[in-house]
Amino acid sequence: MTATSHETTKTRRSAGIPFLLKTAFINAVIALVLFSLMIGIRTEAGSDGQLTYWTRFGDLASLVAAVFGGSIVIELLRQWIGATGAEKLVPASVQNGVSFIGRYLAPALLIFTLLVPVIFYNQRYILDLAILVLTYVMLGWGLNVVVGLAGLLDLGYVAFYAVGAYSYGLLATNFGWSFWVCLPLAGILAAFWGVLLGFPVLRLRGDYLAIVTLAFGEIIRLVIINWQDLTGGPNGVSGIPRPSFFGIPIDNSDDGLAAKLGIEYSPTHRIVFLFYLILALALLTNWVTIRLRRLPIGRAWEALREDEVACRALGINTTTTKLTAFATGAMFGGFAGAFFATRQGFISPESFTFQESALVLAIVVLGGMGSQLGVALAALAMIGGFELFRSLETYRMLVFGMAMVLIMIWRPRGLIGHRAPTVYLTKAQAISSDLVKEGHG
Amino acid sequence: MDYFAQQLINGLVLGSIYGLIAIGYTMVYGIVGMINFAHGDIFMIGGFIALITFLILISVGLTAIPVILLVVLLVSMAITALYGWTIERIAYRPLRHSFRLAPMLSAIGMSFVLTNYSQVAQGARVKPIPPFIKGGYTLHESANGFVIQLSNIQIMVVLTTIVLLAIFTWLVSRTRLGRDMRACEQDQTMAALLGVDVDRTISMTFVIGAALAAVAGLMYLLYYGLVDFFMGFVAGIKAFTAAVLGGIGSLPGAMLGGLAIGLIETFWSAYFSVEYKDVAAFSILIVVLIFMPTGLLGRPEVEKV
Repeated sequence: MTATSHETTKTRRSAGIPFLLKTAFINAVIALVLFSLMIGIRTEAGSDGQLTYWTRFGDLASLVAAVFGGSIVIELLRQWIGATGAEKLVPASVQNGVSFIGRYLAPALLIFTLLVPVIFYNQRYILDLAILVLTYVMLGWGLNVVVGLAGLLDLGYVAFYAVGAYSYGLLATNFGWSFWVCLPLAGILAAFWGVLLGFPVLRLRGDYLAIVTLAFGEIIRLVIINWQDLTGGPNGVSGIPRPSFFGIPIDNSDDGLAAKLGIEYSPTHRIVFLFYLILALALLTNWVTIRLRRLPIGRAWEALREDEVACRALGINTTTTKLTAFATGAMFGGFAGAFFATRQGFISPESFTFQESALVLAIVVLGGMGSQLGVALAALAMIGGFELFRSLETYRMLVFGMAMVLIMIWRPRGLIGHRAPTVYLTKAQAISSDLVKEGHG
Repeated sequence: MDYFAQQLINGLVLGSIYGLIAIGYTMVYGIVGMINFAHGDIFMIGGFIALITFLILISVGLTAIPVILLVVLLVSMAITALYGWTIERIAYRPLRHSFRLAPMLSAIGMSFVLTNYSQVAQGARVKPIPPFIKGGYTLHESANGFVIQLSNIQIMVVLTTIVLLAIFTWLVSRTRLGRDMRACEQDQTMAALLGVDVDRTISMTFVIGAALAAVAGLMYLLYYGLVDFFMGFVAGIKAFTAAVLGGIGSLPGAMLGGLAIGLIETFWSAYFSVEYKDVAAFSILIVVLIFMPTGLLGRPEVEKV
């Protein structure tokens, strides 16, 4: 309907108003045909099962008009801005700017995040939202190990999230185990599932790997739905205990945390505790990832992403490299899952759909695949954006899908489209991520 | 034995529908080298357009069933094909020379757009239609009263699939377009040098794939009597499994894989458990990719340094 590279070359040759109108008219006609039946006619099943329909030609007309106007605007914008040249090496001025911002943005963000519960102590909504954002930051950092560092495209990450959540949920409700015992267990179980998935898919690459991980994620969800004796099926697991402060419950009781500290109890205490808990977990993920990148295993991951054949030729064991990547990523997913379970107090298979996997993957890709700061910013942008569309519940996923397509067209390399190399000869020079491989799977 | 025969018929019919969708996956993968994630949703859109066209035609007062079917078939093929064309144009073409992940993510985004677009446009509830093509034949009646039935709609699904496959095979092997498609599949740069319009050929691939998916959508609507906005996701993954099972890039393979998946799913539901039929289909995908990555009829992929 609109932008193509093929069309751009044509535009530059004949960029007059007649051309503009012609393009817009053609786009409008295409839109008219596309939307004619789907928008122009609305069907609904009546109470007796009989389908009825009514027409919505007004909506159809306004949509077609929007397409007509939109394509004129896009065409004009394209002529004004013109094609942007792809620069391989980031220019020095930009690099200095980026490194300046990069040096101060991350600590500034961290300090701000630490202060969030202090600043917004009375605004429950903002605290809840911040916890949600941090959960996705953690998931994004966890998936980043698999996708960003090792270059293995994983579309079923939510499976490990689910494993973690159900591990804690079931262990806590059936055996009464505490959160602090279950948290490592959830991580270990999820890592185990990561290895279990990793083994068979070792030989697969690229799109095949993506589709197998997707199938794996769906299998886990379907098993959770159908294994009703264990998981409660679609009804989920409810009554999952809240976390305690290392054994001291955070509630209104006499031996609660507030009573022991001698302060008055407020329900916000628990929210603040959850906030710092997920912040600590996320920072742990970040710290482990940064440290691992400097260890041989992290170097091997990045080498694997760049060139698997060369990697093998140099004697790197690709089997263990891939498995550790899967296991590490899955473990953090499991931690996040356990946290999710304890925060919600209730889990059901509905929380672990493919859409969640796609959302986390979109965060990683938008963040620039491998950039820790980028992932955090992308999570903030995505989840914040989702919140903006909260009132338009049905349009939310529609907008999310459109955003995914547009981001891929506009910046396929993500927001932070450059990388600081982990190893360098004399001077660290940031390079455009166009030069960085994304791995074959 | 009778039960088995009945399940065999059901499985073949379901497999024909999967096969029609799988052809779209396999063609696009063969030429562009990407999984067209939105293809399952194209199938769903095809079903919706068929449903709406049915409603209009009936309310206009048309009663001749063959005429209705023909018009519905043509309309849904045409509009769905335009959807396929538009999606390629908007979401995939600008990314053709981008890095490998980009078209895949764009396709996932497009799949969300289509699913939610039809949810917003047509509502979330399941849309049923009354059975159009009634009747059938009783093939065999056993002593204990079990009847093997072959309904007219089942005959129609299989016949349509066979006819479409014949047309499609002719198109690929005998026409200029088919030759261009095969040339692009082997080497796009060389094909372009030799005067093949690569952009147009890729567009046509999406158009044909979408048209076949629309037929599958119509068949699904007639066979099951309902459509809903979410049916594209699972059907899409199963059809992709079929394409992989048959050997991705191979057209007879896609059909063969479709039939195999249809049969496996039907027999699994008939003899084991209905709840786990999707798990069975997805497990097959994993098992096939591990032990038979090239599928039944595919060519092994050579890894170049």
